[in-house]
Amino acid sequence: MSTNAAALPRAHGPKGPREIPQHVSPGLWTLAWRRLRADRVGMVSLYIVAAFLVLIALSASGLIARDWAREVGVNYAPPTFVGPDENATGPGAASATAAEGPTEATTFKSSVVDPIGDVIAELRGEKPADAGPASGGVVDPLADVMKDIQASKGTAAAAPEEARALTLPFGGDKWGRDVLKKTIKGSETSIFVGIAAALLATAIGTLLGALAGYAGGWVDDALNWFYNVFSSIPYLLLILAVAAVLQQKGMSTIILILGLTGWTGIFRLIRAEYMKHKGREYVQAASAIGASNARRMFMHIFPNVSHVVLVQLSILVVGFIKAEVILSFLGFGVPVDVVSWGSMLNEAQNELILGKWWQLAAATAAMALLVTAFSLLTDALRDALDPKLKGLAGH
Amino acid sequence: MKQTDRMEGDPLVSVRNLRVSFRLDRHNVFDAVRGISFDIPRNETLALVGESGSGKSVTALAILGLLPPENSIVHPGGEIVYGGRNVAGLPQRELRKLRGADISMIFQEPMTSLNPVFTVGYQLEEVLRLHRGLKGAAARKRSIELLEEVGIPDPSFKIDAFPSQMSGGQQQRVMIAMAIACEPKLLIADEPTTALDVTIQKQILELIAQLQRRHQMSVLFITHDLAVVGEIADRVVVMRNGEIREQGPAKAIFEAPQDAYTKALLQCRPRLDRRPTRLPVIDDYMAAGHHGPAHMEERARGVAAADPVILDVRNLSKSFWSREGLFGKREFKAVSNVSFRLHKGRTLGLVGESGSGKTTVGLTVMRLHEATGGEVLFEGKDILKMSEAEFMSYKRRIQIIFQNPYASLNPRFTVGQILTEPMLIHGIGATTQERAELAFEMLAKVGLPEVSFYKYPHEFSGGQRQRIAIARCLTLKPDILICDESVSALDVSVQAQVLNLLADLQDEFKLSYIFISHDLAVVKYISDEVMVMSDGELVEMAGSDEIYRAPKQPYTQRLLSAIPRGWQPAARSA
Repeated sequence: MSTNAAALPRAHGPKGPREIPQHVSPGLWTLAWRRLRADRVGMVSLYIVAAFLVLIALSASGLIARDWAREVGVNYAPPTFVGPDENATGPGAASATAAEGPTEATTFKSSVVDPIGDVIAELRGEKPADAGPASGGVVDPLADVMKDIQASKGTAAAAPEEARALTLPFGGDKWGRDVLKKTIKGSETSIFVGIAAALLATAIGTLLGALAGYAGGWVDDALNWFYNVFSSIPYLLLILAVAAVLQQKGMSTIILILGLTGWTGIFRLIRAEYMKHKGREYVQAASAIGASNARRMFMHIFPNVSHVVLVQLSILVVGFIKAEVILSFLGFGVPVDVVSWGSMLNEAQNELILGKWWQLAAATAAMALLVTAFSLLTDALRDALDPKLKGLAGH
Repeated sequence: MKQTDRMEGDPLVSVRNLRVSFRLDRHNVFDAVRGISFDIPRNETLALVGESGSGKSVTALAILGLLPPENSIVHPGGEIVYGGRNVAGLPQRELRKLRGADISMIFQEPMTSLNPVFTVGYQLEEVLRLHRGLKGAAARKRSIELLEEVGIPDPSFKIDAFPSQMSGGQQQRVMIAMAIACEPKLLIADEPTTALDVTIQKQILELIAQLQRRHQMSVLFITHDLAVVGEIADRVVVMRNGEIREQGPAKAIFEAPQDAYTKALLQCRPRLDRRPTRLPVIDDYMAAGHHGPAHMEERARGVAAADPVILDVRNLSKSFWSREGLFGKREFKAVSNVSFRLHKGRTLGLVGESGSGKTTVGLTVMRLHEATGGEVLFEGKDILKMSEAEFMSYKRRIQIIFQNPYASLNPRFTVGQILTEPMLIHGIGATTQERAELAFEMLAKVGLPEVSFYKYPHEFSGGQRQRIAIARCLTLKPDILICDESVSALDVSVQAQVLNLLADLQDEFKLSYIFISHDLAVVKYISDEVMVMSDGELVEMAGSDEIYRAPKQPYTQRLLSAIPRGWQPAARSA
């Protein structure tokens, strides 16, 4: 609709010699929006999804969660809102993880010697370095953790350290980073990857589908062959193969992988839609007035199938968010220095043995909320855009 | 014939003060039926006549209790009395006993009413099993009897056929067989012949009339077509906008209509025996200050020898190939060797039953289909041989108006976009402003307000949409307009308006029309010459008065004799 609005006089009155009545009719998108507005579940989902989008926009622009990597709390700071004094999980967690000597010692010591927190803060810079090798010989399983800590110590030590909190409202990870901020940052990665990959896949699928469906003949045959090759390989294997070939890890790589492998479903749908619409009378009428093939494809048919594209896009976003989580979980996804829901779940896998459930809970809750809301929104969108319901609102 | 004026006992069904509303959304309610009362007498045919939106089908569904419960409201206070009790508020279980056994219904589209994955025999036997308890061989025997009764040839063989293996007429016969399987007391027929060709329509009407007499049923016949009603109805109820305008015996309705709307309905349909300059429209009767239609004098039609030929079609052929087997192809000749001439400023009517190739002729002539053979000479030049670029300037001059105004306008475009796009493509009008001015001019020409420019097609009624489609063609200032069933989907009153518009435009712009239709009365009205097609071949071509007066070919004779004649007192009294 908006594509060729430029070719026409503005609805708000061309300055002609005659009296032109002012009138703006609700287009089909406006009507669909009105129907969506009447759908309570759809609107709640829309608000949730919008809230997530605002959140990741803020985090991407650095307004919130910029310092997500800062180690603000003690290692595995337990989640609580009330503070360390009435901390019930502290001792429990400590006894459960008796093996990790230095950490436990720090926690214990800190909670007892509260007044001299600033002293401890100064000490702590050296503490893991000293304690690390000492305990490394005794407790093997934590050796790599200690190495990690040492590795990150360089950056952590550069800035003057302030006091680490003993508990955090949403808990801390094994380096004492705030799980809430980490989740926000992880959402940014996961949702961005999901949306960008879905846009890429939708663009490829729609373009090829439109070509195949509209042109028919050998173009259709060739594209169908291409489609069949892609869809005959198990999806996850294809992703792993591409991931292995591309070698370098990064967000753009995973977007590319998902986009290049995920276009098949929308291709099939859009191809079918174009085949159906090609024979419709309004397209024949466009042909009769001399509209070119490109014009018929993109100006006449595309607006009429755009609701299918939108719904598919929405479905793909959900699918790709989940795919990114799985890939990152398996270690094929985003690089280690980037946090995503998948890498959080990957970390949580080991933590769970230690009883540190909060990172898993945070990532899972955020993902479940967004995916559920997005899926419900997709359903509501489909209902609102379904042309079959048009008659009910039309007259 | 039954006596229409016999003493009536108590009626089979009494509808009293029936009101039905539909919930559109949370706030709006649409009153589809606004308090109507009528009786369906025993052993007679009652016709419920009205245009789209009159509430006639809703009334039938209300009698059957088939209204969608989620958005329809049958207002309490109304009554539908059948067999001494009010069935309006009965629970579904009770209603189901009535449906099929006592009251049954046949619908407009037999193709969608029959289940395509079961044989017709299975579907018939299912009805008998559910309502009559017949099983196995007994059910099959009864099914064959029923198929025989509704005139299916070779019923013991056809009983195992799937619906797709039957023609539309046969499918409708199967529907009727299912409807009468349990000897219902009332048969509701909702536009049962609208989707059928005129010759099949005649057979189905005769069948319904015959069955009604034989089984002593009452028939509630719902239609928009008064001509059909005249042939079979004993009593007529005329509805408009959910209200009854007039009801009475058929004789009274046809010979002395009291209501202005009934009069208008009777007059605005083209007739075979008259051709007024303008067809009367509803407003001629309904609007205050009007006293009957004007311009009722006869319009002369016909082609004079001196009329220049604008389009000369020679031996036009069009075949479609369907793949068969691995490598095989089967040719289907949609049009074979059709030749005709179209004279400037005249109308060539093209009639034939569905599948006769008349639409293919129209599409091939303007190169929307690629011809298999033949020539189309437009002012002496063969447009079929032209390159796409050469043809572009001719494309503008041949335009087409399609049948379905709901499908031929892009729903995502505003009317302004629809009207200015052709001009943009063909470089008519230098600026956007100029093109908009032209579009406003065309809107005025087809009688739509200027505000339409900003609206979307879905905001218009069928007739208005067809005007928009006509305006779109006019923006290109064409010489030839192909009207492909352009008025077939419209209500009779709207049809009259569009036909008048087409006639006016022809007078003003000297347009030449190829008017394709299955409706012989409409073709007779609008055409100078008529061409009859059957199975892709030209059967007969002659002046329109001549062909209706003295058809030469047996096919044409058969076609013409099937036209519903409306009310014919002579035939009734026989």
